Amino acid sequence: MPATKVHVTTTINGEPVEFLAEPRQSLLEVLRDVVQLTGSKEGCNDGNCGACTVNMDGRIVDSCLVLGVEAEGADIQTVEGIASADGLHPIQQAFLENAALQCGICTPGFLVSSKALLEKEPNPSEERIRMWLAGNLCRCTGYDKIVKAVMAAAKEMAS
Amino acid sequence: MNSIDYIRPTTVDEAVSLLAKYKEKARVLAGGTDLIVQMRGGRYQLDAVIDGKHIEELNQLTYSKENGLVIGAAVPCHKIYGDENIASAYPGIMDSATLIGGIQIQGRASLGGNLMNAAPSADAIPALIAHNAVANIVGANGTRSVPVEDICSGPGRTTLDTGEILVSISVPAPSKGFGARYIRFIPRNEMDIAVAGAGVSVQLKNGKIEAARVALSSVAPTPLFVENAGNSLVGKEPSDENIQAAANLAKEAATPITDMRGTVEFRKHLCEVLTRRALHTAVERAREEN
Ligand SMILES: Cc1cc2nc3c(=O)[nH]c(=O)nc-3n(C[C@H](O)[C@H](O)[C@H](O)COP(=O)(O)OP(=O)(O)OC[C@H]3O[C@@H](n4cnc5c(N)ncnc54)[C@H](O)[C@@H]3O)c2cc1C
Ligand code: FES
Ligand code: FES
Repeated sequence: MPATKVHVTTTINGEPVEFLAEPRQSLLEVLRDVVQLTGSKEGCNDGNCGACTVNMDGRIVDSCLVLGVEAEGADIQTVEGIASADGLHPIQQAFLENAALQCGICTPGFLVSSKALLEKEPNPSEERIRMWLAGNLCRCTGYDKIVKAVMAAAKEMAS
Repeated sequence: MNSIDYIRPTTVDEAVSLLAKYKEKARVLAGGTDLIVQMRGGRYQLDAVIDGKHIEELNQLTYSKENGLVIGAAVPCHKIYGDENIASAYPGIMDSATLIGGIQIQGRASLGGNLMNAAPSADAIPALIAHNAVANIVGANGTRSVPVEDICSGPGRTTLDTGEILVSISVPAPSKGFGARYIRFIPRNEMDIAVAGAGVSVQLKNGKIEAARVALSSVAPTPLFVENAGNSLVGKEPSDENIQAAANLAKEAATPITDMRGTVEFRKHLCEVLTRRALHTAVERAREEN
């Protein structure tokens, strides 16, 4: 039996988007394979690494643990929505300047997570940043540079 | 792979009729942090996923000093710990809601899902038991309310019948002199499965313990309510010796297994240490409440 697809209407990075998804497909699969937004990465596909992190209705979630069909009516922000026409977001700039990435697979998730933190708490402590980012794993860079980048971005955004 | 239906009922009645139609071929979806992983792993041969998040009763979160707390079965952890009144009145539940997964998981994971998933390691269940929580269940034959300690019947198994849905969890209002705590042991600081955990509560009155409850995670086929450990404290002062004696009873009650996370001996030892520490903190919290 061919899989029946469901029509979904949603908002991604401020733009109305419609797509067809099989109920089994994760939001991550839909973003990457159907909507062609390949910024969100698949690291583990089971909720442990955070490479697939997106912002859904104001909360960060692992898009590998959301069904694509659940996006109906939702407001989704992915890493593609972080930079503006004028250039990189201060968090992206801070990641570059602080060498907070190597292979870059984890970076979209870290950017989406850090942005959500700084929007909620503009001046988080180092400990708070580390706890907030516990659901994002990096295999190459090590966490110090990433945490420093988030602190630098917080400073930049406050100035 | 067969295709599945994704259905979004907006009332409990509608969900119950859907469950009656699909029977064991349907599962209710809350945050999906267990269910989506399990579907991918092939644990179920499902015809339907019934999304509970669009049903009002499953989304309710109400608290009053008179009537206590009602947590809709699909309410995610972040909403629970994000409410200051709830967090301060229900410290044990607060402890568990803040340590399930990381921020991404807490954005979706519900306590209802934690309970219905019935993992021996489920962090919310001992805390709910400590807080005297009751599960409100609806099926084709009507509504029933069951103490949380009577819900889990084995790893991943509950006492719900096919066709029943968990609607909410009710937790009585704590009175003056109540304190609770949930702690677990994991090898890292966050994002891991409990090697063992202890959820406890105490009710103090005139310097003595009027009631106490102790429940453990990861040391039996289900989260374990150790009734005699709590009862051993009743009528006594919260002294180091009395707390130690209760912790020893928790250790005796545990029937853990040896696996990659820990041996039987280590886990039993943890039950004693965690119960003792949790009771001390619960007593401190109870005194702060006065
Ligand atoms: C990376 C990661 C880390 C985790 N860390 C922890 C942790 O530290 N501690 C911990 O305890 N757990 C942890 N978990 C497991 C999981 O997040 C929790 O068990 C969570 O509370 C499940 O809730 P949910 O809303 O996502 O449930 P779902 O996945 O939606 O559902 C879980 C089960 O309950 C059933 N169900 C859901 N709602 C109902 C209902 N209303 N009526 C009947 N049945 C229902 C579903 O069909 C399914 O079988 C983790 C998971 C991941 C992926
Ligand atoms: S791919 Fe989603 S958490 Fe790893
Ligand atoms: S830079 Fe490679 S995983 Fe983080």
